[in-house]
Amino acid sequence: MSDVVEKTLSALPSLLSLDSQAGAGKLSPSSKLGNLIKGITELTSKHEEEKLIKKELESIKEQVASPNTTMRQMKEIMVRAIYCEMLGYQASFSYIHAIKLAQQGSVLEKRVGYLAVSLFLNETDEFLLLLVNTVLKDLQSTNLIEVCMALTVVSQMFPKDMIPAILPVVEEKLTHPKEIIRRKAVLALYKFYLIAPNQVQHIHSKFRKALCDKDPGVMTASLHIYLQLIKENPESYKDLTGSMVTILRQVVGGKLPLDFNYHSVPAPWLQIQLLRILAYLGKEDQGTSEMMYDVLEESLRRAEMNHNITYAILFECVKTIYTVHPKSQLLEKAAECIGNFVLSPKINLKYLGLKALTYVVQQDANLALPHQMTIIECLDHSDVIIKRETLELLFRITNAQNVTVIVEKMLEFLRLTCDDYSTIDLVGKVAELTMNSVFSLGGDVMQPDIPNNFLRLLAEGVDNVEDRQLRLFAVDSYVSLLQGVTAKLPQRFLQVISWVLGEYSYLREEESDPGSVMRLLARLLDQRHTSTETRSWVLGAMTKLCSSPVSVALARDVCERYLSSLYSGSLNTVLRQKAQELMILSQDTKLRARVLPAEGRLESLEVDSSLSFLDGYVSEALAAGAAPYKSPHQRQEDLVQEKALSLEPYGLSLPVSLSSCSITDRLTDRRSPTLLSMSSGLSGNSTELSHQEGSTTLKLEGVKRVWGKDGYLAQQQSAGETPTPLVELPNPLLSPQSPPSQTQKPSSGLEPDQEKRQLASSLFVGLGSHNSVCLVRLPSTVWLFIKHCQSANQSHVFKALFKRFYINSCQSISCISGSPLKEVKGHSVSVCLHTVVMKRASVQVELAGLLSYQRPLGQPQAAQFSLSLSLKHFLRPLTVSTGDYGKMWLSFSHDLKQNLRLVTTEHQEPLTATLDALKGKLHLHVVDIIGSEGIVACRLLQGPGQGQPCLLHCRVNADSLAVWLRSPVPELPDSLLYHCQKALTET
Amino acid sequence: MQFMLLFSRQGKLRLQKWYVPLSDKEKKKITRELVQTVLARKPKMCSFLEWRDLKVVYKRYASLYFCCAIENQDNELITLEIIHRYVELLDKYFGSVCELDIIFNFEKAYFILDEFLLGGEAQDTSKKNVLKAIEQADLLQECRREPPLTVCFLSAQLTTEKPL
Repeated sequence: MSDVVEKTLSALPSLLSLDSQAGAGKLSPSSKLGNLIKGITELTSKHEEEKLIKKELESIKEQVASPNTTMRQMKEIMVRAIYCEMLGYQASFSYIHAIKLAQQGSVLEKRVGYLAVSLFLNETDEFLLLLVNTVLKDLQSTNLIEVCMALTVVSQMFPKDMIPAILPVVEEKLTHPKEIIRRKAVLALYKFYLIAPNQVQHIHSKFRKALCDKDPGVMTASLHIYLQLIKENPESYKDLTGSMVTILRQVVGGKLPLDFNYHSVPAPWLQIQLLRILAYLGKEDQGTSEMMYDVLEESLRRAEMNHNITYAILFECVKTIYTVHPKSQLLEKAAECIGNFVLSPKINLKYLGLKALTYVVQQDANLALPHQMTIIECLDHSDVIIKRETLELLFRITNAQNVTVIVEKMLEFLRLTCDDYSTIDLVGKVAELTMNSVFSLGGDVMQPDIPNNFLRLLAEGVDNVEDRQLRLFAVDSYVSLLQGVTAKLPQRFLQVISWVLGEYSYLREEESDPGSVMRLLARLLDQRHTSTETRSWVLGAMTKLCSSPVSVALARDVCERYLSSLYSGSLNTVLRQKAQELMILSQDTKLRARVLPAEGRLESLEVDSSLSFLDGYVSEALAAGAAPYKSPHQRQEDLVQEKALSLEPYGLSLPVSLSSCSITDRLTDRRSPTLLSMSSGLSGNSTELSHQEGSTTLKLEGVKRVWGKDGYLAQQQSAGETPTPLVELPNPLLSPQSPPSQTQKPSSGLEPDQEKRQLASSLFVGLGSHNSVCLVRLPSTVWLFIKHCQSANQSHVFKALFKRFYINSCQSISCISGSPLKEVKGHSVSVCLHTVVMKRASVQVELAGLLSYQRPLGQPQAAQFSLSLSLKHFLRPLTVSTGDYGKMWLSFSHDLKQNLRLVTTEHQEPLTATLDALKGKLHLHVVDIIGSEGIVACRLLQGPGQGQPCLLHCRVNADSLAVWLRSPVPELPDSLLYHCQKALTET
Repeated sequence: MQFMLLFSRQGKLRLQKWYVPLSDKEKKKITRELVQTVLARKPKMCSFLEWRDLKVVYKRYASLYFCCAIENQDNELITLEIIHRYVELLDKYFGSVCELDIIFNFEKAYFILDEFLLGGEAQDTSKKNVLKAIEQADLLQECRREPPLTVCFLSAQLTTEKPL
């Protein structure tokens, strides 16, 4: 036991003495409970604790049985019994006395009795039947506290069959004058609905009454029922949408009594409940969804305080927005909200951000793109929970291109984790991904590690129920796959299938006829597209399977066909051997049992790599005059010497290298003599050879390896080259006036992050684009970079395309004005530059386009890209004098007022600090500050020319900043205000 | 909500409330494993756990861990606030509540919880109302608690000290 506890214990006596003066009869350290607790904390071993509690329980047992024990004493005893149960010791003998106490005690004793009942018993306990009468009596009591206690206990547990006995009385309570009783009655009915929905069907009209109750607490309680009802059957409750929206609007608008506020947020629990209800109502229903857009937007807007409770509301709101029929404006705001969660330094919010992303990427995988880097960071997070959520997210955005990387990440995680539950869950996902996408899409080009890892995973687990389930799941899904058309399945996948079926088919043997798997495998052998390698896997699986007479017959049939003269001529040796094995093993069950023991599947085999068991045979053979063993290398030399073929003199000419090839017997099968000298340099098998050939061969040293085994080595190269084009850009783009934002200098951030970026690009390929700096991986493994830059008067987007590709044309769908400004051609990059403007003021715009490009001799190809830009990218300071400001102010017609949060810093006035923050973040120009007022001006790049102005008038009002915006452009004040709010909350 | 557990830094259970019917064996197993898992987590880690098929939200106040298991579609953040409101209620009722208050008066802690959460759902989130209901019932009883205890860590106030 820790020191701290000991300290406490040593302090206990003084507590006790303190207490002994304070009077008797209450539960305190001096009471019997106090002594018990004290006694327990003094003990040092679990064993002693057991002894003490046993003694205590004995004494409790004795006391409860004694007829002289008063109800008052019983109450005290019951508390001790609860304590013992909490420590994990059963006091079941006291259950009946708890019921008795609830039945016979005075109000206070009853309270403890009910508590003990609710802690000791389960809904299913038969003891509860004894409580029904007591509950019924208390429900009808005139004492409010007794009624409350009875309602509390029935909302926690009540035998299902006894509900009808008390239902009328509980129903009656719905009209009770006291709201606390009405509220508890509603919750009790909610509980009844959960355990026996049919019992309460007839009182649905009364639920409506509760929903309209004048007390908000009762109304809130009724929403629990409605949430459940609507979840089960949204169609029948569509008519409630209007009411729910109205209630939410009133709550959000602060119309509820202050009692319902929680940390100055109005009734957050109620808000969340309503948002959840709205989500169910609006799901896949455009009409209903339209009714709630306004209030959802208002909820988003109002939840601006930096407190957990507002984040809770925001999170629910975002979920609702993504569940109901989509509205692009709301989706944008919600996406931004998710972004804030993901980027938050608070780990809880980050987790929820990832969770929300996981939810929304199912609708639009591109939403994950702006957060690639964060997601990559989260993959390496020290908290497993965050890691797992990230994997979950990746799982949702898996596609044919990134599946390999994602599965690798999952396997990596699996190797580290030791928690059974998450292992099973994740293995299932890996299995799903592997089965569904990796194998069937990219099976043949995939690295062999992945199927190997997967198979090891299946095999390694301890032989518990979950592992069995997983294996059975794999077997079942593979069987059903084989029953379909197998022609399109990659060979490697078929091999995996064969192995799994061979190893684990026994798991399903009981339920199906043993021959079925065998027949499927045999069918596979007959198909022409099945490769030789796969065939040998299949035969291996069959060998493991032929345990029943049916399978043996099948196996024999297969073998006969295979070994018959018809086939044997063309049969590969490995296959022939496998078929022989199958033949022999299928006939000799004893031998089979020895070679392939059913129990031994999970044991790891010890391999004697020195082959010592062959020693006897070898020495015998040597004695009989056999030549000693020579390594392949030695043999080769010997061969060369024997035939007196020296490489030296002939090395220069091709025919010689051909002959040397035939000797080495390594490169002969595929390569033609002319290719030899080149392939030798690349394959590395015979480098010596190529060196000796000297000047006739291609010089490969110092030449970058552009083409590797897996194709063009674009990944390292393009990532390595990213800084180059960015540095080469004409300087005016990076105007010194505009503070370089993060996106403007990716080159600086890139170096240390390069690895992560590479990972990001491989995880997110196939998903479209990336925010600000956009990496598009074109199908032919070129990278397209799209980047956003700002200068004093313009916003530009430029695209850079690497290496040997020409941009044919580049059209953009939105907000690009005019034709490309210029095209810069470097040695490794072609860049085209566009000017972008914001045609219509809005919080955010999406820039999308189509790029067509071409290799020097290739077909023209096209790729889509998109980039999201926010209003602040288009804002520029507007330098005006105070006089001009005044004139302009009067002439602008669109205005908006709102209170904003003041920024407080140590050294500055709140007003100056706030305006500075706005200036820094949104490029506004502070025209003047007079006393507690400040005027600010900016302009929006909205086409050719200077752009449209927006003026802000700010006044400090108590602890907030009253802002009044005016502009000639209708949407500008609203969007700008949004960004101001955001900028200030982020500060 | 499926259940709420209060346990100390040493892993001693201080309060348990189950809103779903489970056998004693299951309850014990869940408690044991969950306490272990939560205690093994570092202070800066996320307050949410995906633990078996449950979602667990926990928070530490001084020497006590408050831990709730919720359903999958439930809101984690609001559950954190449920925990916080419960602590506030305990604090108001006991007056600067500490672990000792809860050890010696655990049945009071249960009464407050029952008044705040009913059947696993937030019943009344108003501090004033909950305590009014509790005090009305208490009125029938003699003065309710011993003088404040001021010893070492068990009596570390749950709320005034920044939750860890």
